[in-house]
Amino acid sequence: MSNRKPPGGLSGLANPTRFLSLVNAVTPWLAGLTVLLIGYGLYLSFFQAPPDYQQGQTVKIMFIHVPSAWISMFAYTVIALSALGVLIWRHPLADVSAKAAAPIGATFTFIVLVTGSLWGKPMWGTYWVWDARLTSMLILFLLYLGLIALRQAIEDPVRAARATAILALVGAVNLPIIKFSVDWWNTLHQPASVFRMGGPTIDPSLLTPLFVMGAGFFALFTLLHLLAMRAEILSRRVHALQQIAVQRAAAA
Amino acid sequence: MEVPQRLEAHDLACRRGLRLVFEGLSFALSAGEALLLTGPNGAGKTSLLRLMAGFLPAETGEVRLLPADEEKPFGEHVHYLGHANGVKASLTVSENLQFWIDYYGAPPLSDETIQAHLSRFGLAEIADLPAGMLSAGQKRKLALCRLLAAPRPVWLLDEPSVSLDAASTKILAAIIKDHLKAGGMAVVATHLPLSLRFAQNLDLSAREAA
Amino acid sequence: MIRACLALLRRDLTLSWREGGAIGTALGFYFTVVVLTPLGLGPDLNLLSRIAAGMLWVALLLAGLLSADRIFHNDYEDGSLDLLMLGPIPLELAAGIKSLAHWIATGIPLTLLAPVLGLLLNLPIDAYGMLMLSLLAGTPAVSFLAAIGAALTLGLRRSGVLIALLVLPLYVPVLIFGVSSVSAATTGPGSPWSALLILCAISLISIVLSPIAAAAALRASQR
Repeated sequence: MSNRKPPGGLSGLANPTRFLSLVNAVTPWLAGLTVLLIGYGLYLSFFQAPPDYQQGQTVKIMFIHVPSAWISMFAYTVIALSALGVLIWRHPLADVSAKAAAPIGATFTFIVLVTGSLWGKPMWGTYWVWDARLTSMLILFLLYLGLIALRQAIEDPVRAARATAILALVGAVNLPIIKFSVDWWNTLHQPASVFRMGGPTIDPSLLTPLFVMGAGFFALFTLLHLLAMRAEILSRRVHALQQIAVQRAAAA
Repeated sequence: MEVPQRLEAHDLACRRGLRLVFEGLSFALSAGEALLLTGPNGAGKTSLLRLMAGFLPAETGEVRLLPADEEKPFGEHVHYLGHANGVKASLTVSENLQFWIDYYGAPPLSDETIQAHLSRFGLAEIADLPAGMLSAGQKRKLALCRLLAAPRPVWLLDEPSVSLDAASTKILAAIIKDHLKAGGMAVVATHLPLSLRFAQNLDLSAREAA
Repeated sequence: MIRACLALLRRDLTLSWREGGAIGTALGFYFTVVVLTPLGLGPDLNLLSRIAAGMLWVALLLAGLLSADRIFHNDYEDGSLDLLMLGPIPLELAAGIKSLAHWIATGIPLTLLAPVLGLLLNLPIDAYGMLMLSLLAGTPAVSFLAAIGAALTLGLRRSGVLIALLVLPLYVPVLIFGVSSVSAATTGPGSPWSALLILCAISLISIVLSPIAAAAALRASQR
């Protein structure tokens, strides 16, 4: 079926040299941009944005919570697109991108869950409420864990790439269904979500810092993703070199 | 511990399921001698080796070393090399070897000695790589290194040359020869001719016919 | 002999650390089962808080069992099990050490994850201390009893499901006293300590007895 690459090869991955030099060129600028945006965003959200009349200062958790939620979904989108790249175009960088994005996405999802839980404590008096949005995030987190676990379980890199790509696409198709069913489950049991951050109820004075933080988080994700891809490419090269060493030892 | 001078097997019989694989098998080996096991598939070569190692219970008879060692059971004088190599993929080559040295209670070796054993099979350069990367032949060689690194008087080898190339098979014959020269004993089941002088040949197929 | 024991323990822990998958899968499974519960029962926090201790224990038993077949399976596959029998320590001790390694590599991480999952199920705050203590006291029994099942099903088809069938009934006492110590700490009646001590006793008994059964099963699998 698939024409498997020769063991010494992973040869497709030897060529992303241009990609590596691109990463090296972009990294310092992107790092600077990230620091600027997040720094400005933090300044805005802590010193400019007014406290909420109901939630008080705890509303400021939102400036971490909401951008993290955006990134956690964006990262899954990146993985799903990379999965298409693996399965359809078989681009050598696609699998690197998918592999590198999974732990980052999982981390941001985890931040969403932790900040959501901290936010909930003063509001409901308990660290966790089975709110529809948080529950969907929890299930997204499980999907991330599944991707990482499957990747770890398969030794053959080509098969691991295919399998995780398929799982990522299955997850991408399922996510809207999961989201819908969780919303439905939630409204079945309790009237309305307590979280109200989307929509017109948010004051513009809160929106600006939120969007600045959002942009900062996007820059941060891109930076982390590029660095992780670079690390992955280099570790694949090390692995290829080790295989050459093994073959040389066998020939000697 | 006294060095065993003689290995005696007396009236061995092995039953697998309902089938009596062999019975009434007796032989003796002196220090420095090797026994070659031959016979077609299913004649009981592997069964005999596993029985001698103590993995299978003997229907009758016993295997013993002379002079008898009061402290240790027979199994602790034995190296067994079967079809599987007992190599852990996620440990490095040298960690694999070091584990068996520690576990078998062999005298601790210096790094140089371990390297020397590994280099005998061309594994020294890749000692720090995970063993999972090795080819089937290299894993076999790593298993053979175990025999060198943790010295034991009796070697039970079941098709030791499987997946080895011609050059490596020569090395295998050489290490068996060294082992015998040092007063060890070996029981070897093999199809391939090893360039070894065996003191005795036990043909299990001939026995079955008899 | 102590050197051999330590070498075996160190090797098993190194393997489970490097291969990682088994620990991660057990933790992920534990997490998933606990997350699914409210989706089935509804998000009523009072209800969840009532069943939290029981859910955490049941899911932990399943998660512990999930990784159990690996206790002996890998050594059996690659021939190491034969070679381990030629070592200076009795097979009973080797089986015990491998169960101990399983407890350290799986039981303790699961125990550490439990309080986080307790948050999800709204476990009452005053129950956390006793939850940790009861898990710490009970998980050795989980690992050591699982070793019996792993040894019995070695090399069989469908071994994973079979282990569950064989071992889950043996977990009943652990479950009963584990949950009752936690619920005694929150709602009573009685003191949680008596149940905890019985749990310790169950673990100690299984630490002593199950390696003997596991070793016998391993010998039987050699034929």
